[in-house]
Amino acid sequence: MTEPEIVPVALTPEQVRARRSRNIALAVILFAMVALFFAMTIVRLGGHAMDRI
Amino acid sequence: MSDAAIDIDGQGAVTRLGPTVSVATAGDFFSLLKPRVMSLVLFTGLAGLVAAPGVMNPIAAFVALLCIGVGAGASGALNMWYDADIDAVMARTARRPIPAGKVSPQEALTFGLVLSAFSVFSLGILVNWLSAGLLAFTIVFYVAVYTMWLKRSTPQNIVIGGLAGAMPPAVGWAAATGTLDIAPLVMVAIIFLWTPPHFWALALYRSADYARAGVPMMPVVAGEAGTRRQILIYTVLTVLSSLAPVALGFAGVAYLAVAVLAGAGFIHYALAVFRSPGDHKIAMKLFGFSILYLFVVFAAFIAETAFGITPLVAA
Repeated sequence: MTEPEIVPVALTPEQVRARRSRNIALAVILFAMVALFFAMTIVRLGGHAMDRI
Repeated sequence: MSDAAIDIDGQGAVTRLGPTVSVATAGDFFSLLKPRVMSLVLFTGLAGLVAAPGVMNPIAAFVALLCIGVGAGASGALNMWYDADIDAVMARTARRPIPAGKVSPQEALTFGLVLSAFSVFSLGILVNWLSAGLLAFTIVFYVAVYTMWLKRSTPQNIVIGGLAGAMPPAVGWAAATGTLDIAPLVMVAIIFLWTPPHFWALALYRSADYARAGVPMMPVVAGEAGTRRQILIYTVLTVLSSLAPVALGFAGVAYLAVAVLAGAGFIHYALAVFRSPGDHKIAMKLFGFSILYLFVVFAAFIAETAFGITPLVAA
């Protein structure tokens, strides 16, 4: 039994540019969210948060 | 990714082969958020947040504003998803991402739902659940009540639906205090009454567009004369409501001066529209001035709170 040949999808230059733009935006948003949730956690813990560890 | 019909043999035999790769850029998704509407929402939300008593942590304030802005943008994306059919036949909206073929309806729907959930739950977890509940109400009211129900069924669509756009000061206030009060509700009332003259001025200019799309906007149903009269009535009510913060004691002399001057300008343009049948250029001037009016009145609120209020009436 032979495995069916998998032909990769060939993206057009426009599709590559669009995907790259979406990926960069998503990466920036994810890092910003991590920073924001970290900052808000510190704010909600209040002053001297590190002393509680 | 979206399903696509592909001409597989070059002879016009079309076969559905499955998903194709999206050509939507990050900019196209940003356009779905209606950034110009979002900026006014952020500004009025900021006014509610600043006018609230007490001092809010600046990071918490930033998170609250971010969630208000993202929630407003999400409802804009869901509006564009539902209204893609009428957007395609109207000149003003034909270049939006969905009718232009840049973003698929499925992508817009998913984007809008994910951002709605993200903004509401983030606001609830990070700030408080009253403001998150009000934000959820705003999104549901704009999408389900205005977009899906009222917009295509009654000329009162933007009068009632305007409540969604008027809510940001209440969300901002609730984010800062965890409660609601008369002051943010007066701010909501000002924006609620401001929305009809603002939007009908644009609808006068674009009435042929709305008629072609089958949307029962006021000029299409009541005619231009009736719309011009109602614009004037709502403008006067808006200006009167903008004086309520002074009478109730939570705005002072500086705000009063700005509200009276800006209100005089607003009424001047509304009167000009009322007296100029068929002059759509003056309607567009009213539309432009109405944006400036709301910006100036709420900027006065923010500035006066920041620099200290000199009340005429004790709160």
